[in-house]
Amino acid sequence: MKMGTLAKGSGVGKAARETKGWYLAHKWLLLRRFSQVLTIGLFLLGPLAGVWFIEGNLNASLILDKVPLTDPFLALQVWMSGREMESQAVIGLGIVLGFYLLVGGRVFCSWVCPINIVTDGAAWLRRFLGLPKGVGLSRNTRYWILAAVFVLPAIGGQLYWELINPVSIVHRGLIFGFGLSWVVVVMVFLFDLLVSSDGWCGRICPMGAMYSLLTPASRLRVSAVKRQQCNDCLDCFKVCPEPHVINPALKGEELGLGPNILNINCTNCGRCIDVCAPNVFEFAINFSDNSRIKL
Amino acid sequence: MDEAKRKPVNPEEQKGVSRRVFITDSARGAGVALLVGTGLWSKAETAHPIPLREIRPPGALPEDDFLGRCIRCGLCVRSCPYDTLRLSRVEEPGVVGTPFFKAREIPCEMCEDIPCVKACPTGALDKELTDIEKAKMGLAVLSDHETCLNYLGLRCEVCYRVCPVIDKAITLERSQNRRTGSHAMFIPTVHSEHCTGCGKCEQSCVLTEAAINILPISLVKGEMGKHYKLGWVEKEKKGAPLVPSILNKPLGQWGKDP
Ligand code: SF4
Ligand code: SF4
Ligand code: SF4
Ligand code: SF4
Repeated sequence: MKMGTLAKGSGVGKAARETKGWYLAHKWLLLRRFSQVLTIGLFLLGPLAGVWFIEGNLNASLILDKVPLTDPFLALQVWMSGREMESQAVIGLGIVLGFYLLVGGRVFCSWVCPINIVTDGAAWLRRFLGLPKGVGLSRNTRYWILAAVFVLPAIGGQLYWELINPVSIVHRGLIFGFGLSWVVVVMVFLFDLLVSSDGWCGRICPMGAMYSLLTPASRLRVSAVKRQQCNDCLDCFKVCPEPHVINPALKGEELGLGPNILNINCTNCGRCIDVCAPNVFEFAINFSDNSRIKL
Repeated sequence: MDEAKRKPVNPEEQKGVSRRVFITDSARGAGVALLVGTGLWSKAETAHPIPLREIRPPGALPEDDFLGRCIRCGLCVRSCPYDTLRLSRVEEPGVVGTPFFKAREIPCEMCEDIPCVKACPTGALDKELTDIEKAKMGLAVLSDHETCLNYLGLRCEVCYRVCPVIDKAITLERSQNRRTGSHAMFIPTVHSEHCTGCGKCEQSCVLTEAAINILPISLVKGEMGKHYKLGWVEKEKKGAPLVPSILNKPLGQWGKDP
């Protein structure tokens, strides 16, 4: 394996840091980390401090003993296995589906999922060390795996993916006792670092793949509103976990493409907004008449 | 080269190339999915079908249905006031993330309102179970006659005393102590019809290793053929002997009234 020069990646976002200051160059990253830690922290309030705001885990939970939440990825597998669910789980499913249809499916990935912290870490280290891209698994692989995840329960009647799903294993582990779950964390980290760039979240994880399918209706999108001011530093491409989504919006003007990043795999993480020195990108709620409310 | 460095291209020019790329990508993707699928399948098939010492909460559906329906959320675990239940970890023998308890550590206290069943959002714990004495979590088995103190002729019978369904699920059956010749033995005897599998007996067995153990029902419960009839039960139902008494008929005259 060919190693790049050590300092290769560490320059990403430098221009943004210098023009906007450290805080504005990390604003969405910080908000996102806060949200991810909150997702774990709120669940831990119960067992650690006796404050039962939310019980359960990401698969299904109950807020203040009233509001149920159910993960669509799990619920669909239960249905595919030929089993029914009781109303509490179905209502919870409706609430969660509604939320992600509104804000974009892969918001789950960048704002909620605990594994994202691990894969972001691996991506950062990979940039820092200037490691090569690794195995070129297609980004469509995840949709094939997604198909397998839903077909298997129909044949065998169990929730097979749950036997290895790092998302639920890690989140459940953090709340109900970690045990050897760290093995899963290390494996995902090493896979992303040494085997394939953006490997887990970008190519394998069927959960992210399913959530991406909820995205099309979302009006909350990142837009390259000031794309004329792009100075081709490519920093956004380097930090983006799904870099292919940026091109049509940023460079598609001559093809008549709009500035909104519409690809269903944009995770709405906002990291491109952070690292862009000329402030090309912004989060916006977009309306069909091309007007938008900037966030 | 980095995907990132690609500049916009005319889609028409790229058609041939992208079709080829699409086909190889798809083949590879399908291959990986197939690999993952068969891997998971064999993992599930070779895993222990029923975790032997991991007893499911009250109301759990039969194991197959349970595994298809339990969403591994742990809401049952949270609702249990005695911290009986927990979720199986990666390194434990059970199916990861599913709820169970270990009777020897913390048994089920058989809450009258069965909060764990009420908490289950999917129905993997069946809401049909409203009377906790009808629960069938497992079945107690007095598995070692040589070490059970009552079998040795002593009067321990702690398992019997702690049973929440005492005198129905577990009784002391008197028999003769052949060793002394002049004493009685009080044999703890579990009745599968009434045992809920709560595990109080296993937990409180005074031995270093319990001589009475909760095991999965599917593993230890006997089942008679559907055509078996117990003569004495049928007789009671009918209120009369099942066949007309034949013994006072003169020999050689079967079926014919004299
Ligand atoms: S792709 Fe999967 S692991 Fe990655 S952030 Fe999304 S759900 Fe989590
Ligand atoms: S385009 Fe921007 S917001 Fe979307 S995934 Fe990439 S970095 Fe995140
Ligand atoms: S019946 Fe009560 S003690 Fe037993 S598992 Fe359920 S909540 Fe826990
Ligand atoms: S509450 Fe129900 S679905 Fe959730 S872990 Fe317990 S049995 Fe499974």
